[in-house]
Amino acid sequence: MNIVFLSGKGGTGKTTVSTNIAYLNGFNYFDCDVEEPNGHIFLKPVINETIDSGVLNPVINEDKCTLCNACVRNCQFGALVNTGKKIMVFNELCHGCGTCSLSCKYDAITEVKRTLGKVEVGTYEKAKFVRGILNVKEPLAVPVIKDVKKLINKEENNIIDSPPGTSCTVVETLEDMDFAVLVTEPTRFGLSDLKMAVYVVREMKIPFGIVINRSSQDDHIITDYLKSENIDLIGKIPYSMKAARLYSEGKMMIEDEEFYERFKKLSEDIIKRVDNNERF
Amino acid sequence: MSDFNIINTSGVSKNEFSLTVISGKGGTGKTTITASLAHLVDKEIVKADCDVDASNLGIILEGETIEQSKYVGAKVALIDQAMCDQCGGCKDVCRYDAVDIVNSKYIVNNLKCEGCNACVVNCHLDAIKLIKEVTGDVIKKDTKVGKLVTSKMIPGAEGSGKLVTEVRRVGKTENTETLIDGSPGIGCAVMASVTGSNHSLIVTEPTQSGFEDMKRVYEIVANFDSIPLAVINKYDINEEVAIKIEKECERLGIKIVGKIPFDTTVNEAVNNLRPVIEYKDSKAAIAINEMYQNILKVIEGE
Repeated sequence: MNIVFLSGKGGTGKTTVSTNIAYLNGFNYFDCDVEEPNGHIFLKPVINETIDSGVLNPVINEDKCTLCNACVRNCQFGALVNTGKKIMVFNELCHGCGTCSLSCKYDAITEVKRTLGKVEVGTYEKAKFVRGILNVKEPLAVPVIKDVKKLINKEENNIIDSPPGTSCTVVETLEDMDFAVLVTEPTRFGLSDLKMAVYVVREMKIPFGIVINRSSQDDHIITDYLKSENIDLIGKIPYSMKAARLYSEGKMMIEDEEFYERFKKLSEDIIKRVDNNERF
Repeated sequence: MSDFNIINTSGVSKNEFSLTVISGKGGTGKTTITASLAHLVDKEIVKADCDVDASNLGIILEGETIEQSKYVGAKVALIDQAMCDQCGGCKDVCRYDAVDIVNSKYIVNNLKCEGCNACVVNCHLDAIKLIKEVTGDVIKKDTKVGKLVTSKMIPGAEGSGKLVTEVRRVGKTENTETLIDGSPGIGCAVMASVTGSNHSLIVTEPTQSGFEDMKRVYEIVANFDSIPLAVINKYDINEEVAIKIEKECERLGIKIVGKIPFDTTVNEAVNNLRPVIEYKDSKAAIAINEMYQNILKVIEGE
């Protein structure tokens, strides 16, 4: 069972909610927010293994290359340029799709893995902890997310922390998820980005529910929308300076007695919905 | 994502206003600060919302749409079912798992397709072609504080970095002096937002996550010809971490231009669709004003 936590807007509390829910239930935790993975700050895992993550980039064998230009013509990412003397490869632009080697009639292209980041594998408490880390200065996050997801065993209970936004990285993360928890905040920004996230989970036909973090007197901004769209509100976490302080120190919310009870209830409410879903 | 410039090719002169607001970590207050800066800058500049995944600057700056155009930022494969003999060659070569078999027909899943062309090249019947895909709208607005270029990305669309580049490009055609609201993270969208900006303002917060992410995004800025500045938002949530951030900034050569205290007026302002700077006596507005004066000093080379 795979439960993903996403938000649209950054900083609404995806990691706070997902790490606490994972911990409470002893579920495996996968950090797919590879540009800024922060789950380890809270779960404090022991890492046993680090795996290189990357894409296949072409290497041109100049002895075999006839400069026929087929690879350059077929590449959609501008990663190959014919200088007239040789074919130059711009690795940062390469998506590793293999179109160039498919196009080459002279067997002049081999593909070599280029590192984009790494995947750390370990444990926290008794559960699995996996996180992807995109190397700084590398633009392509999707291959690292794919490598994190290869380690998911659907037979086990897994929590997946998604990147913010709604572009290709989020779509990749959402693939094969059984239930999505959308974490939002009661501001106009939160609402605007929540709508985008709802669009994506609906498009991908993933059952979902909402958690309002930093709940306040402004909750109606979100709840009015949820009512009009008939979307399920799973629960709320009230705004508190104590919560902000705990987060800033890298502590779990459940270390605090008051929040322990709240998260326990929220956790039960999430699991109930996942279990009720016919897909299990 | 594929076409952003690694090098500053904008030709913007060094003392022009050309600032991109970024953060690494999401939700630290980029848009709140950008919206206030938009009101504070007292000369004609263009505002561009390059956080295409979550474009919220327009919510505060409002204004009238004066131009809206579709942006074709990606391609997707389309299989001509009349020609297809179900050989499965397309599925074999697709590295994105974007070809599904539905009722024994081969169908491309547009959300997964990267438009890479592998299936087209491999199809022995020429039954597949790449078609252009609109990934969003680029929108020009006239606001009370001047021109705003923003976008409406189609959620889930491929190539958000390209849309960022387009928003930035359209902005620069209006005026070389720009204020850009960037996106969170360190990937292609961030690189595309920072490209060509004289200064990058990193909005951080005194949390472990904010600290880690600031260091990562700084490395991106350091790779560009853009001078890094930082502001610590909600600095009083944890003053020990705030001090740690200040020390790290000093070590890295990042100039801290401001420290903004936690202030509930910020959320009130957002929910009333106003920039917090209009709440003149609020703690946040006073601090943002000071930050702006410090930014001006940096730009003017004092």
